[in-house]
Amino acid sequence: MLNSTAAKSIGLLLGVLVALGAFFASVMLGTTEISLSSLYGSLVHYDPTNIAHIILLTERLPRAVIAALVGASLAIAGALMQTMTRNPLASPGILGINAGAMFFVVVAVSLLPLHTPAHYVWAALLGALVAAILVVVLSRGRHGELSPLRVVLAGVAVTAMFVSFSQGLLVIDQQSFESVLYWLAGSVSGRDLSLVAPLLPLFGGALLLSALLVRHANALLLGDDMVTGLGMQATTIKLLLGLIVIVLAGSAVALAGMIGFVGLIVPHMARGVFGIDHRWLLPACALLGACLLLLADLGSRFLMPPQEIPVGVMTALIGTPFFIYLARRKMAGQ
Amino acid sequence: MRTDATLTLNSAAKSDSNRLLRRLLILSLLLLASAGLSLYLGSFPTPPLQVLNALAAPQSSDIAFIIWELRLPRITLAILVGAALAIAGAILQSIVRNPLASPDVIGITSGAALAAVVFLSLLSSTLSIHWLPVAAMLGALVSALLVVSLAWKNGVSPSRMVLVGIGLAAAMGAGTTLLIVISDDSAAMTAYVWLTGSLYAAQWDDVWSLLPWLVVAVPISLLFARHADAMALGDSVAEGLGVAIVRSRLVLLACSVALAGAAVAFAGGLSFVGLIAPHLAARLVGRNMARLVPTSALVGALIVLYADLLGRVAFLPKDLPAGIFVAGIGAPFFVYLLHRSRARF
Repeated sequence: MLNSTAAKSIGLLLGVLVALGAFFASVMLGTTEISLSSLYGSLVHYDPTNIAHIILLTERLPRAVIAALVGASLAIAGALMQTMTRNPLASPGILGINAGAMFFVVVAVSLLPLHTPAHYVWAALLGALVAAILVVVLSRGRHGELSPLRVVLAGVAVTAMFVSFSQGLLVIDQQSFESVLYWLAGSVSGRDLSLVAPLLPLFGGALLLSALLVRHANALLLGDDMVTGLGMQATTIKLLLGLIVIVLAGSAVALAGMIGFVGLIVPHMARGVFGIDHRWLLPACALLGACLLLLADLGSRFLMPPQEIPVGVMTALIGTPFFIYLARRKMAGQ
Repeated sequence: MRTDATLTLNSAAKSDSNRLLRRLLILSLLLLASAGLSLYLGSFPTPPLQVLNALAAPQSSDIAFIIWELRLPRITLAILVGAALAIAGAILQSIVRNPLASPDVIGITSGAALAAVVFLSLLSSTLSIHWLPVAAMLGALVSALLVVSLAWKNGVSPSRMVLVGIGLAAAMGAGTTLLIVISDDSAAMTAYVWLTGSLYAAQWDDVWSLLPWLVVAVPISLLFARHADAMALGDSVAEGLGVAIVRSRLVLLACSVALAGAAVAFAGGLSFVGLIAPHLAARLVGRNMARLVPTSALVGALIVLYADLLGRVAFLPKDLPAGIFVAGIGAPFFVYLLHRSRARF
């Protein structure tokens, strides 16, 4: 773990460099390799007859931007969830937020006339909100305490419910099945940058709010009383943090579908390097999360060519061993 | 004085077991009646009298064919699958001491599902479909072994097992999704319907292949019922009562896996039966294993029978998978159980 402020700053700087490297790799590598010069060319004087330029601007660049954005959001959402619930296993995927968003999207696609991602983005956000409320209500014990096993079980219950409802709808309506299948599996490819634009204020607002609340989040780690010492109610802080989580996770799901485990693994890695102080933890999570998803997406292009593996499957395969490790290690006392 | 006390105790026990028998009898009659109703309803109109005639004379007519070769095997399979899943759930809930555990939650069903989808999308062109149950069964077994070995740390702690199972279920779910995404559309849809759980096109062969699993696993789990009851009180109490905890837990787990795996193999991922049937049964007869097993079996059979009946006749001409209806009731019930169990953990 890095201790001094200088070391941490250098660490973050390195993180920025690695993230940039991953970003450029994601833009340039793939079935068609693209040189730096045509990347520069496509940005400065775009030529609509040049194939490399078209691939860059319609496929690679949006894909890399969305992967970075989604990875960063999921990681920050996971870190905040782990802080709020004091549970090392908390993350948007495990706690049912992804499943809630998915169910609402399936409803939008099969029952309402909303067929393109631009339309069902809002359904996904609504679903994330509903699922989050359900999980919070369910995971409270009799005295409002959040037992770790209970939180996870509440997430599993909510996930199971939404997944089986979605399954039912999709089995009845086979046409929507084909149109949302790839989205369900979690993927950052084939999306347009115009899809990101309406969500940018949401991402920006959530990130700004989380930057304002870092000290309160730190205090929350020490106990609810400490937050009161900073002049705010613990409940208010938790509500605000919860709102951030819902906005970040919900928009991430809306953009990229069911991508699990990023929000689970990244905060643990970031804590291992930068410690538990949220002033360092949150930026570190954003960088590492972006890196992880960019690299997972890059890997998904090369593992089974010419078939691309949905990136959600990649993260689940990377994440499960880690989850089991945590379950064995950190939950040993429960 | 003492004889009086023993006498009252005896008669109390007697009236208690009478009550149990009465409830089991009522449930059995209900099941029989429901099976009769299910036999009579369907896409092809069959008047009750002709159904009776056909039952008496198997080779006589078209209706006899519908009754004997289409509806009866499907109904029988529904009953067996429901019973197997419910017993598997009842056993599992008692060994992990968590009312919310069920074969689907801890990854056994997802293992079977992954194996089945591997079979459907990769092997179905080379192997006959009759091997699908074998694949599913193997998947259930492998995932159960994985859960136990990954949760092993001086024995198997219940909560670790649940958490490890949840993690594994996520990984296997990802594998299933991957296969569905990469296989062609019709194979993907077949796999998806299978995952939802359906009794469509059930045959007598399926019934005969499923039955042995029940015949073996149910008596063994009844033999270990007392151990399960002791373990439900906590490991130290059970040890004090002379139960070899690790061995009993593994034997019971094996029974549960065999039952769940066999049921999933023939009917697909019918989720939630293993969760809700034992709860409903416990309302009727309490948590004592020896009573819970037969009662859950009957309740589970009723649930699957009605779910399949609904799927068969409610949306004609479509024949919808029974799993949709089981999940429609089961999932909210799961959430409700979690809400109610607040006091306990």
